[in-house]
Amino acid sequence: MKATVTTGLLLVFVIGIFVLACTDTSTDPVNTGKLRIAFDNVVSTSDLKLGTATYQNAAGESFTITKFNYFISNIKLHKADGSVYVVPQDSSYFLIQEEKPASQTITLSSVPTGNYTGMTFTVGVDSARSLANISLRTGVLDPALNDGMYWDWNSGYIFMKIEGTSTVAPATQNNTFFYHIGGFGGGYNGKKTINNLRTITLAFTDSGANVQSNAVPSVRITTDAMKIFNGSTKLSIAQYPSVMFDDYSPNIANNYAQMFSYDRTLANP
Amino acid sequence: MIRSKNISPIRVGLLGSLLVFALAVGCQKANAPDPDPGPTDPGGGGIVYKPTQVTLRQPANFPAMVYDLSQNPLTVEGVALGKSLFYDAQLSRDTTVSCGFCHQQFAGFGHSDHALSHGIDSKFGTRNVPGLQNLGWDREFFWDGGVTSLDELPIAPIQNPVEMDLKFSEALSRVQKSPKYPPMFQAAFGSDTVTTARFLKAISQFLLTLVSADSRYDKYVRKEAGGDLSSDELAGLTLFQQKCATCHATDLFTDKSYRNNGLPVSSINDQGRYRITLNEADRLKFKVPSLRNVEKTFPYMHDGRFTTLEQVIDHYRTGVQDSPSLDPALKANGQLGISLTDIQRNQLVAFLKTLTDNTFISNRAFSPN
Repeated sequence: MKATVTTGLLLVFVIGIFVLACTDTSTDPVNTGKLRIAFDNVVSTSDLKLGTATYQNAAGESFTITKFNYFISNIKLHKADGSVYVVPQDSSYFLIQEEKPASQTITLSSVPTGNYTGMTFTVGVDSARSLANISLRTGVLDPALNDGMYWDWNSGYIFMKIEGTSTVAPATQNNTFFYHIGGFGGGYNGKKTINNLRTITLAFTDSGANVQSNAVPSVRITTDAMKIFNGSTKLSIAQYPSVMFDDYSPNIANNYAQMFSYDRTLANP
Repeated sequence: MIRSKNISPIRVGLLGSLLVFALAVGCQKANAPDPDPGPTDPGGGGIVYKPTQVTLRQPANFPAMVYDLSQNPLTVEGVALGKSLFYDAQLSRDTTVSCGFCHQQFAGFGHSDHALSHGIDSKFGTRNVPGLQNLGWDREFFWDGGVTSLDELPIAPIQNPVEMDLKFSEALSRVQKSPKYPPMFQAAFGSDTVTTARFLKAISQFLLTLVSADSRYDKYVRKEAGGDLSSDELAGLTLFQQKCATCHATDLFTDKSYRNNGLPVSSINDQGRYRITLNEADRLKFKVPSLRNVEKTFPYMHDGRFTTLEQVIDHYRTGVQDSPSLDPALKANGQLGISLTDIQRNQLVAFLKTLTDNTFISNRAFSPN
């Protein structure tokens, strides 16, 4: 008898876990609030300044940055109890552009209230959305109107684009360098193509982000563009002044997978 | 504490059912609203949105279509809009070149007598304009298959600096500002706002109607009136089935694969499919083109290097060059190419000309208004 009661209690607990674990976009009347995520683009320890500031990579090459864009998508928020809130697919694609300050802060609405302790996201646009009906790809996903973050000759989004100048870049390229990295592992038959999607998980290492109906916490993420040069691969501009859809690109994807770090959360800025 | 000896098989079963139930309860998804802002959009324009459905023809001798029409139901209004855009030179930077400039109906929607694509300012591309027909049966587009949706295809030629060289945003803006188009968008999609998706889907609708299935060969295969083939043409058909149909398969006359057919590499040094897949095995491979209306789509090959069908067949007889990615079908039994006598070559050419679809080439519905 005691065992039956224990089993019953255990079942209630297990059902509870499943219910919590699978909570997503359900329309249950749960309390919701908003969460902001702000991406602060930096280069090592300095703020990123397009065109004007000069930086130096580990290869000892001086350069400036004239463009820096990247896609953030498929955001999931974690709570301390292990539950996960998956941001609804249709509102989970963001293009962060250094030249558009407004794009650097994203606002998630209808987030169930509670304290979040971390997040997971994808850099890039997943294969399902890359191949989706064109009517579902609006805003930053509009393949023709997203500031050149799409390859119209090789259907697919450019996940990360950084461009700049350096005296070590070839004169034939006007001393500019280009890194346009994409590739979602496509190909409906035959060998899959390059997959430069990267998934990032960051812990909110302080007290976390407490979403309430009357409080909109702002999570600050630091994006260090220098990591694109000085990651697990030391990228030399002289050696690779232009990398787009080619075999070297996964090295750069591995580098950009390392460029994000959690800074802090402002409770109600 | 639960010990395993305390749990009977019935209880295990119950536990299992409850777990499944818990999963089902926990993982219920709310019905997402349909985010497709298509035909239900309210819009201005003062025109009643009441489009007339068009049923696309599925010829009896074709395989099943691959385009998902449920995502873009064809309507008379949508097709008319798409045709208007297809023939509109406003979609090129200097307003001199329309889609129809390079895709000429009388040439099977290829560019007659142009080896390489010819854009604005007399610029040239690196590849031969492919003929357009039966696009609903294609999954990938261009010689290298780089574009994976018909609905995205027009972005590339419109923006290509050596083709129409117009920023897509400018193309949409010109269309929105034109007095002609907003009412047409209203009629086709229920909104006079020009969006990327509506613009592209309208062009798709027109392109999808370009079904070519009424050549003499089609009538022969379907045993319809007008389907008589001469003895030379029938001999050519037999030869074709023996020696060509591995690649030019089905009544679409292509298996949609990418193959290296042994052409010597030209100075353009086009690596073909490799550019898209970065797979070494795909170097120098190009999509097997359909042979429908092939009599009209000269010049031939991805770079238009041959002007006659006889030259094409002669390439397969004597010109095939070996390389690591050469198609195995052209290296059977260690022998390069395809062996054909002069008479057989002529019979093959006679057969290929039965693939000309004059109904298609002269159909007024496909011509500029």
